[in-house]
Amino acid sequence: MTKFFKTLAISTALLAASGAVFAESHAAMSPEDAVAARQTHMKLLGQNMGVLGGMAQGKMDYDAAAAQAAADALVENAMIADMAKFPEGSDSDSIATSRALPAIWTNFDDFTAKAEACTVAATGMQAAAGQGLEAVQAAMGALGGSCGSCHETYRKPK
Amino acid sequence: MGKLLTSLGALALVGLGTAWMLTEPDPLPASSIDGLIGDPERGALVFAAGGCASCHAAPEADDQTASHLGGGRRFETQFGTFIAPNISSDPVHGIGNWSDLEIVNAVMRGVSPEGAHYYPAFPYSSYIRADVADIVDLAAYLRTLPAVATPSLDHEVGFPFNIRRSLGGWKLLFLNEDWIVQTELDAQETRGSELVEGLAHCGECHTPRNILGGSNTSAWLGGAANPSGDGTIPNITSGKLDWSAEDIAIYLESGFTPSFDTAGGEMVHVVRNMAKLPQSDRDAIAAYLKAVPPVTQ
Ligand code: HEC
Ligand code: HEC
Ligand code: HEC
Repeated sequence: MTKFFKTLAISTALLAASGAVFAESHAAMSPEDAVAARQTHMKLLGQNMGVLGGMAQGKMDYDAAAAQAAADALVENAMIADMAKFPEGSDSDSIATSRALPAIWTNFDDFTAKAEACTVAATGMQAAAGQGLEAVQAAMGALGGSCGSCHETYRKPK
Repeated sequence: MGKLLTSLGALALVGLGTAWMLTEPDPLPASSIDGLIGDPERGALVFAAGGCASCHAAPEADDQTASHLGGGRRFETQFGTFIAPNISSDPVHGIGNWSDLEIVNAVMRGVSPEGAHYYPAFPYSSYIRADVADIVDLAAYLRTLPAVATPSLDHEVGFPFNIRRSLGGWKLLFLNEDWIVQTELDAQETRGSELVEGLAHCGECHTPRNILGGSNTSAWLGGAANPSGDGTIPNITSGKLDWSAEDIAIYLESGFTPSFDTAGGEMVHVVRNMAKLPQSDRDAIAAYLKAVPPVTQ
């Protein structure tokens, strides 16, 4: 079990790193690629949340090492609002597969601030993850809230 | 010929008269709240279940200011734009001077203290199924919230929708207290139906509407177009949603889906409100959703 989570966290970190390299070397990603890249990225956030949330909800046993690995991976992934993954013209009106609302590009500062708030919450989880189940449970609300407050304003329902 | 015209005219007059009578507001009588004394503490839960702050708090409100009910949120619909009024305890701009009965009739009948109809953007067609005692508790709670001195704004709706009297016809067609799911429900599912079909007004977003803006209850909770135009609001019957009852209850408390995505859009407000209710209520909603006839589409 633990091994699975470690592998998951590591592969997540690797993917994120390759994503970063990709983003830097292709400053002008096509809108379609950008949508695919950020959706993969978001799914990874969800998977690492799954490890922490599963423990917090009692669906799986608390394991300090697995929790730490997931939280570390979250922090590494949380900076999602880098311009490269959100180029102009990649909104839900322009790209059928995207749920990123056009409002992102009219409020980019606020969108970036919400991404930063998510990083802060993920860092809080990183500090809590190894400290026991209760610490993880306590950090979960702020972390989930930071995802939700961006999805509330900037993500289209299906 | 002359005679025929006269009788036609008379018939038309009778018709109009009937229409006029039928479209007359139908408030609850004073006796409906006899002996009820509002309990503000219980009212706080009714307030959360009813999601009043989601619409009546200022559009930029955060957790701290969500109980400042100065209004101003805009609702764009096919009939025009409605703007949530001030329902704070301010005696001039809000409803600080309203009696229990006036508040009950606004919320449960869509009738103003002056006897005018409210627009169904105010979800009284769900609240009609609430318990009068709950709304009296809610009224007591509303009086404990801060006064906000922001004037209410006029709605931006054109003819004929700006004639409130015409809403009487809408109410005739779409306003009734009957429970929507008529199959036999156990005690827990029944509590769920009180919340979902009543105070928590889940159907207002999750059920499709017909061209007159009435709820299409044959596809109850079967998913709907998003009134703001962006995407669709999901089908939450077991025809589509394959989550366990426990998953649903967890989502309503934390916003986390079983795959640890988090709720977005307007559902974020709903989750914030549902999280304030007792666990037994979230479990009841989940049990009820499992009992709703599945809609497959
Ligand atoms: C700054 C804004 C923002 C933050 C913070 C954010 N998201 Fe997202 N998320 C989005 C947007 C925008 C989309 C839609 C992307 C698209 O479809 O183009 C999305 C989509 C998703 C998806 C769906 C991916 C898919 O298409 O399958 C998941 C899952 C998700 N987010 C999880 C999370 C989790 C978990 C967190 C918190 C750890 C989080 N998000 C934080 C903006 C954000
Ligand atoms: C103001 C509109 C609104 C109301 C009221 C509302 N919902 Fe929702 N609901 C939504 C939206 C929008 C979504 C999509 C969320 C997203 O994009 O992540 C949603 C999503 C959901 C989902 C997740 C479905 C899925 O497939 O992801 C469930 C379950 C749900 N709602 C249940 C309820 C229940 C139960 C109530 C009543 C207590 C309710 N909703 C009231 C708008 C609403
Ligand atoms: C979906 C949004 C929505 C929700 C939820 C909602 N309201 Fe409203 N409410 C409105 C709108 C829009 C109006 C204006 C109706 C009109 O002018 O015809 C209104 C009008 C009112 C009025 C009449 C105010 C006046 O000045 O005449 C009262 C009182 C009121 N709401 C109380 C409540 C209470 C209490 C709740 C919670 C149980 C609630 N509302 C929930 C949208 C909402």
